[in-house]
Formats: sequence, structure tokens, C-alpha cells
Amino acid sequence: MSPIVSVRNLVKTYKTGFQALKGVNLDIAEGEIIALLGPNGAGKTTLISTICGIVHPTSGTVTVGGHDVLTQYRAARTLIGLVPQEITLEPFETPLNTCRLSRGLFGKARDDAHIEKVLRQLSLWDKKDSRIVTLSGGMKRRVLIAKALSHEPRVLFLDEPTAGVDVELRKDMWKVVEDLRASGVTIILTTHYIEEAEAIADRVGMIAKGEILLVQDKAELMAQLGKKQLRIDLLAPLDTLPPDLAGRGLEVTPDGHGLIYTYDTRAERTGITTLLNDLQKAGLHMTDLSTSQSSLEDIFVGLVKENA
Amino acid sequence: MNTQAIRAIYIYEMKRFFRTLLQSFISPVISTSLYFVVFGAAIGSRIDTVEGVSYGTFIVPGLIMLSVMTQATSNASFAIYFPKFIGTIYELLSAPVNFLEITIGYVGAAATKALFIGTVILATAALFVDLHIEHPLAMVAFLVMTCVSFALLGFIIGIWARNFEQLQLIPLLIITPLVFLGGSFYSVTMLPPIWQAITHFNPVLYLISGFRWSFFGMADVPIGLSLMAIALFTGLCVGAIWLIFRTGWRIRQ
Repeated sequence: MSPIVSVRNLVKTYKTGFQALKGVNLDIAEGEIIALLGPNGAGKTTLISTICGIVHPTSGTVTVGGHDVLTQYRAARTLIGLVPQEITLEPFETPLNTCRLSRGLFGKARDDAHIEKVLRQLSLWDKKDSRIVTLSGGMKRRVLIAKALSHEPRVLFLDEPTAGVDVELRKDMWKVVEDLRASGVTIILTTHYIEEAEAIADRVGMIAKGEILLVQDKAELMAQLGKKQLRIDLLAPLDTLPPDLAGRGLEVTPDGHGLIYTYDTRAERTGITTLLNDLQKAGLHMTDLSTSQSSLEDIFVGLVKENA
Repeated sequence: MNTQAIRAIYIYEMKRFFRTLLQSFISPVISTSLYFVVFGAAIGSRIDTVEGVSYGTFIVPGLIMLSVMTQATSNASFAIYFPKFIGTIYELLSAPVNFLEITIGYVGAAATKALFIGTVILATAALFVDLHIEHPLAMVAFLVMTCVSFALLGFIIGIWARNFEQLQLIPLLIITPLVFLGGSFYSVTMLPPIWQAITHFNPVLYLISGFRWSFFGMADVPIGLSLMAIALFTGLCVGAIWLIFRTGWRIRQ
């Protein structure tokens, strides 16, 4: 199936000379949730803004639903809903009015039944006629989502939907995203919270300094994360692994004073008990044991360093 | 053409207007009444007639023009400046709309508001002085064209302005003086020859003169010239807006 969003060699250099995007390639499949993870200033917002038409690319192409975002901007943009990072709403307007405006701007005929559905889904129906200035921060953010959904987009961009939002509200937001996915909307969200990517994304893209470092299935990433390493410190150094212990993924550390055993925490048997028994049988004296796990954060930090 | 977008912007903007309807209605009524008390009754009683028309009646077209021009400008400039100021412009920039649709929506609403105020002033004036409109159709046409062209100008000012001070600057420093010096309250023939010549460089003169012609059948400049001036002005504004949206000047980062 062809991707719903396709980004090719996208470069954006701002007038100041700052290169925010350095040749980004990215394909997004219909119906998935992809999280773009990266530190502040990585280019996440520029990437989203370019796809949505707010920023003009310096070079490269972007298509949405097969339509070029520059030459066929009407067809492309009609498919897109954008929830910006900053809460930008007219304070004296009402959620209902502002949603009607959004729907109209995207070329859809007035349909109050649809807007009612969206506002109800986001628990805003009671507040539909309240002035936005009187709503709480979490509600305002949901109004932004409601605006983006009021024109029935097929692709929804959420730019840091939970930045500056407390833990409980963040969980609410994740629930909203889950519900949206269930309704078939493709979701691209940016975040610098790793837990957020873990919690809701199907795929994770890591972006830093205007480049995409990695795009991977979250399940695969999590499989890497599920791996743990057991380090066994030995009293007497070893040159090579005793033959009895071969063939079970053990490695000798370069200095010979330790053994590294990699295992899957989620496997039925980790093999730790057997290993320790065998070590004893082989007559190896252990001085210490420690385990470590690589987190998404470690992978991320490692990647960023590699590319620095 | 995304007509839904034009409709949506227009309705949204008009709703803002209706929320403050009382204020929009009362302030022109009060200011017009004040003008008639001061210029019509107090000063006007010492002036015979201007071009055969009583002074109170003579100032009606100028008075309407003054309000319509300033209202159209400020309404349109605020309408586009405000989304820029609070950031909601992102939606306009990411929507499947072109410059023409955005402009028709905003300028149409601003012009409608100014037209409403112009009509209120005309009705108020009719309470104070005898009004006879020589060319009613031409009067309506001139009024509408002025509303539209000054709303276009206001739209440009709103895009250009970087802060609220600048938003007020052009109307205050340029439009108000041009309107006052464009013969709102006097006939250009009343000026010394040198000032008469200078006044002919004031574009507002042509609009006021044309509008006055539709009331009394006489004007400072030929009616054809007035029509050309307003067409030229409107064309320049539309061209400027097209260029602004094409380049993203002061709209996109």
C-alpha cells in the first residue's frame, strides 16, 4: 500500500542560514501512529509545519494522500488536521464557533452533527458555548484537537500534545489518541517524552539536528529494550571461555575479569539459575553480579552522540 | 474556489460584530449627532450655503465618508492582525485556501460592517437636515466601493503591522489627515489656488467628490475621474495583497 504521507529529501534552510531539516525521508502508512521523538530544536515542528504548508521547503518533496503539498495544496491540505504546539485560540470565541470556522476553512459544508460528535468525544460539549478564555489548559488543548478534527482529516498532526500537561491529563490525551486511531485516523505526533512514544506509538522515529536517525517499529525497539545484560565479575581472569559454557551467549570482557550474559527478561526461562550452577561446576569464583538494561533513552542518546 | 471557506470566515467575522452590536450602533449615532450640533447648528448657522447647499446638508457625504473609511480600515486591519498576534493564523496558512478566498472573507466582512455604519450615519443625518439624494444608485455604488477599497487597505495594514501601535499609526497619521484635507467639510474651491493644486494629489478627494456628486449632482472633480481613482486604488490594494500572500511577507516565518 502506498504511504499516506511521503517525505523525500526534504531540506529547510531558514533565512538566518539555520538548516532545520537536512534531507529528511519518511513514509507514513495509513492508520498508524508514529511518534517523532527528539530534543528541542531537532526540527520536529519544522517538519510538521512543512508538511502542513505553513513553512515552504527549500528543496525536496512532500506528498499527502498522493498529492504534492505545493502544487496540489488544496487536495493535500484537505486531508490534514494540525494541532499546534502552542495553545493558540481566540479568547472570546466559543468552542462551537471556532470549530465551525475550522470546518469551513477546509472546504467542508456546515455539519453541526459532526462537530457535536467531535466535541462530545473530547468531553467539550458542555462547554460548547463558553468563552475559551474561561476554559482550563487541558480543555483548551482539546479545543485545538476538536478544531483539527472538525473537518474530518485522514491525517492528524499533534505537535507535542502533552507539553506542559500534568500526568493525569497526559493519560487522558493518550486515551484520546487511542480513540482517534480506532476511528481510522493516521496520527503523527512529536514529543520529547520517551514514555509517550512507548505508550501510544506503533512506530518511533528519532530526529535530531534536522536528520532522522532511525525509524523503527516500537515492538522491535521494545524487544531491544527487553534484553538485559548480566555482568559477572570473576576473581581470576579468563583468557577464553571454558568449553562447557560455550554456546549460550556468554562473552568474556576484554580484560578477562568478567562475563557478559545477554538474556530476554520476557522469556519463560532466562537461564540465569542454570548459568550460575554451571559456573560453579566449572570452578569459577564470582566476586559480583550486576544487571543492566538499555532503555529507549539510552538508544536515543547513543544515536545522537554518534551523529554529533 | 473554496466558497465554504469564504462563507466560514465571513460568518465568523460578522459574529464578532454582532456581539458588540450595541456599541457598533451607538457610537456612530453619537458622533454624527455631535458633528451636526457643532458644524451644522453652531458653525453652519454662520455660513450661508456651499455651492448652493446649506452647510449642514453639505457635510453629510463627507461625514459618512470619514466614518466609513476609518471603520473599514480599522475593522479589516484588526481582523487579520489579531490572528497574527495570537497565533491562530496557523490555521489559515494550513487550510486549503488561496489569497483571494481569505481576502474576500475578511474584507467582505469588514466592508459590510462599514456599510452598516455608513447607513446608520445617513439615517441619523436625515433626522437633522433635509436630505435629497440626486443619484441614489450611484450613491450606494460609491459607498460600497469605498467600503471595499478601504477594507482592502486596512487588510494590508493589518498584515504589515508588527504591534498594536503600528496598527493605529497609519489610520491616525495618514488616513485621517487625508480625509479631513480631502474636502469632507468644505468644497475645494473654497481653498486658495496653491492648496487647490496640492489637494488634487490627495486620492481621498476623488472619493469624497464622487460621493458628494451622487447627493447634490455637483463635484470638485469630474465624476469619471472619481471612478477611475477608486478603481485604481482598489486594483493597487488587490495587487499588493496578492504579492503579500505569494511571498508570505510578514505572514510566514
